[in-house]
Amino acid sequence: MITLLVTLFLPIIGSLGLLFFSKENTKAIRTAALAVSLVSFLSSVVLFLGFDTNVSGFQYMIDIPWIVSIDAGFRIGLDGMSMLLVMLTTFITPIAIFSSFESIKKREKEFYVMVLLLQFAMTGVFVSLDLFLFYIFWELILIPMYFIIGIWGGKRRIYAAVKFFIFTMVGSLLMLVAIVWLAGYVGSTLAHLPSGFTTNYLTIRQFSSLIPMEYQQYIFWAFALSFLIKVPVFPLHTWLPDAHTEAPTAGSVILAGVLLKMGTYGLIRFNLELFPQASFEYAQIISALAVFGIIYGALVAMIQTDVKRLVAYSSVSHLGFVVLGIFSMTGEGLQGGIIQMVNHGLSTGMLFLCVGMIYDRRHTREISEFGGLARVMPAFTVFFGLAMMASVGLPGLNGFVGEFLTLLGAFKSPFLGSPWFAIISATGVIFAAIYLLWMFQRVMFGTNDNPANHNLKDLTKSEWAQLVPIVVFIVWLGVFPNTFLKVSENYTRGLVNKLELIKFGKQHYDMPNDLQIKEAKK
Amino acid sequence: MTNELMLELQYSSPLLIMAAMSVILILFDAITGENKKINYYLSIATFAAAFVAAGSLILSNNFCCMSNLSAYPLSMGMISYSGLAYLFDLIFLAAGLLVVVASREYNMRADFEHKEFYSLLSLAILAMMMISHANDLLLLFIGIELMSIMFYVLSGYFRERLESVEAALKYFLLGAFATGFLLYGIAFIYGTAGSVQLSTISEVLLKGGFNNLYITLGLGLFTIGLAFKIAAFPFHQWAPDVYTGAPTVVTAFMSTAGKAAAVFAFIIMSKNMMQSGILAVNPSYIFHIQMIIAVISAATMLVGNITAISQSNVKRMLAYSSVAHAGYMLMGIVANTPDGWAGVAFYSTAYMLMQIGAFIVVSALEGNNGEMVDFEHYAGLYRTRPVLAGVMALFMLSLAGIPPFAGFFGKYYIFKAAIASGFTWLTIIAVISSIISMYFYLKLIVFMYFKEAGLYEHKQELGSAGFSLLVAAVFIVLLGIFPNVIIDIARMFVY
Repeated sequence: MITLLVTLFLPIIGSLGLLFFSKENTKAIRTAALAVSLVSFLSSVVLFLGFDTNVSGFQYMIDIPWIVSIDAGFRIGLDGMSMLLVMLTTFITPIAIFSSFESIKKREKEFYVMVLLLQFAMTGVFVSLDLFLFYIFWELILIPMYFIIGIWGGKRRIYAAVKFFIFTMVGSLLMLVAIVWLAGYVGSTLAHLPSGFTTNYLTIRQFSSLIPMEYQQYIFWAFALSFLIKVPVFPLHTWLPDAHTEAPTAGSVILAGVLLKMGTYGLIRFNLELFPQASFEYAQIISALAVFGIIYGALVAMIQTDVKRLVAYSSVSHLGFVVLGIFSMTGEGLQGGIIQMVNHGLSTGMLFLCVGMIYDRRHTREISEFGGLARVMPAFTVFFGLAMMASVGLPGLNGFVGEFLTLLGAFKSPFLGSPWFAIISATGVIFAAIYLLWMFQRVMFGTNDNPANHNLKDLTKSEWAQLVPIVVFIVWLGVFPNTFLKVSENYTRGLVNKLELIKFGKQHYDMPNDLQIKEAKK
Repeated sequence: MTNELMLELQYSSPLLIMAAMSVILILFDAITGENKKINYYLSIATFAAAFVAAGSLILSNNFCCMSNLSAYPLSMGMISYSGLAYLFDLIFLAAGLLVVVASREYNMRADFEHKEFYSLLSLAILAMMMISHANDLLLLFIGIELMSIMFYVLSGYFRERLESVEAALKYFLLGAFATGFLLYGIAFIYGTAGSVQLSTISEVLLKGGFNNLYITLGLGLFTIGLAFKIAAFPFHQWAPDVYTGAPTVVTAFMSTAGKAAAVFAFIIMSKNMMQSGILAVNPSYIFHIQMIIAVISAATMLVGNITAISQSNVKRMLAYSSVAHAGYMLMGIVANTPDGWAGVAFYSTAYMLMQIGAFIVVSALEGNNGEMVDFEHYAGLYRTRPVLAGVMALFMLSLAGIPPFAGFFGKYYIFKAAIASGFTWLTIIAVISSIISMYFYLKLIVFMYFKEAGLYEHKQELGSAGFSLLVAAVFIVLLGIFPNVIIDIARMFVY
């Protein structure tokens, strides 16, 4: 319990502490920020080691009364899904901080204050067990991210920052209305609480499937809209390429690595868990959007001339698989979706780091400016190639496991009722291979005939230090996915059992295991 | 008998302090000569004393003793000593304190520090407290009139500045009309109920058998008069001009405490003349008034926020945003429940802090002749005045309703009350207009943080205004983390 509090609050304490540092003393500021984020990573490792994978409910729960009159409490806890995402957050943040040592040169103190504040809010989103608390963390994300894009971003940073802010706000304010309505309805009509109002997630989850469909559909969409914007799912994705492209490297890494997962996390945590009937009803619509996004994102990525924008559109495509897996509502699909959230965080985060590294050297990201970099930067080529292969979904690396499971889930899902969702999406994997390999070929291979590229330095020590940890996890997830799959297994089992019970009145659950994956690899 | 007298003296102490000291402040004008400091410190001491008196009454929390208001020997039923009234007293007095503390440097820079300022401000606060304690439509009317007259004078306080005088004249001419509506409405209500005492009116309405046309007319006209005072659509046109033309510290006071006082008059109306009990006797009339206020509220939010987008003057932008906030406050009146009134109380507190804070920042950056109030003058403010830019960003985020600041909780409580009363459509309009408002609140942050510094220099001393800013900023964050403090007090009193 204490460890969870440390993981959550250490970044904000560090963030406030940084305010007292002298502005000139940048070295101390950097070191302190990195130290804080590393310690919170260690404490999340302690959480991970102490996590009981045999339990399907929440662990490390804390429940402190906060605003008693509306039954909003400081309620936090972890289950299998949030455990993985908290790990992802605490893992990505120190790398993002470390990568900024070289690339962030102005207003450094404020930058690290903002990044740590962001870490606090992201962790808070994943651990909240109270809708009110969740909403506060969800909105708190906007403030640091807005400043990170707006102050340290590229040329069109102001446009991108405002667009990011307003897009997210449109969704989340409707979600606020839905939260208030839900809290009042569950508190008074269903649970008959004395206060007539509750934002306790566990209480709401207990009763919310009793909400009649005529109301449930509106609440479902109010939540879904907010999350679908964040993921983002076509046609709500237009903020993402701008935000990604204009953000500084660390901002893009965190944005792709963690922020987008808040959307998919919310879809599982709130839409599937709280509104099962509405989820059955609308699974096909959302899956269709996801499939469309997979293909659309891939096609648009193919014609990009800016490497960073290409990676940004690849996110639209990859997150489509996650959403498809989630709304297949099968064990395979959900497990695949959850593991794919982690995978995408790692591989796309790494791609953005790599793009940032060449940008720092050349101050351009135009594909046509490059060519034949493999000759001058051999080590970089290996890492960039690994990140790209992981993103394509090469067996043996992490991306394969997640994509395979989501497609498997979508294929046999009784809720989607048609294998075509999976079949069409599978072409997205091929497209991914095309646009990523093509980009890689144009940037890294060929003749190095641009004089500006002749004397590029290969990876520095600190860049090695940023990339190696990610590679470790990419390979680990690819070879032994079970280390992580089993963390969320019991959670997924519980959820799928519940959904199938509501829909069919019986359970027929089978959990994906190592065997299937090994067979598939062959 | 003496016992009751003592009790009433104790309950009315904040009012008595303000009344006595307002007169003494005027007298001091005559005898202190050139020394303006005495009036400054005396007014601070007065407000602080009244604040402590009202605060201790809230903490002691024993207003239960005499339910029959006419048993009070002095007021004989004209004044009500409700907890919610004291809570609003605190809002008025806190606004007064923050503004007075910040005003001195501002007035001195404009080379226009006069002692009347303090007595006018003190009389305005007294008037607001008369509104919040009114149990009688005449007292309510006198309070609103006294407050308005003080505002007419205060907005023309920089009498050598053309825009200030213009603001005063415009405010006065339009305000006089609104007063006519208000009084006409009161006359109709009196004609229907046969009394001006609110508790009697409430009883008569609950009994039924009154003339429906007259009470509807009365409440309608009354609503129009109050809608003008709170600057709600379509009676808001005066607000941007007056708020922009008036001295900035005066605007800070008018647009917060003045609005809170007017919204309290709405609470009085909703509490005494729109109770749910009347529904049983006469359902249509409550529904109509509720719907009218709901439409006014929706239109106010949308018009205020949409018009604010195109402003290039920060002061005018804040003026339009204050129109929009009047719309949010009215949602609590539309809800017409204790939860709604408690929400309004919280919203008024939060709004007072953030709006005063924003106007004080504007006043601190303003040139000596009221220039330097455009967005472009704020470009790159982060570099030249980091602290001012920081608190201004905080106020903007809070005004935009982003958690974890006080402004968010204000919206949350009001939305909650409106949804509970079945006004989900109004809440959705409020949400849409909040999203619109993000644009111009963020625009100021964009100018302060994301743009390079312009050619403008901001070298003004912050002086004691810094203290006001600090207090406002700290309380916005504190109320954001522990919103239950105010809301619990408010709920305790309205139930």
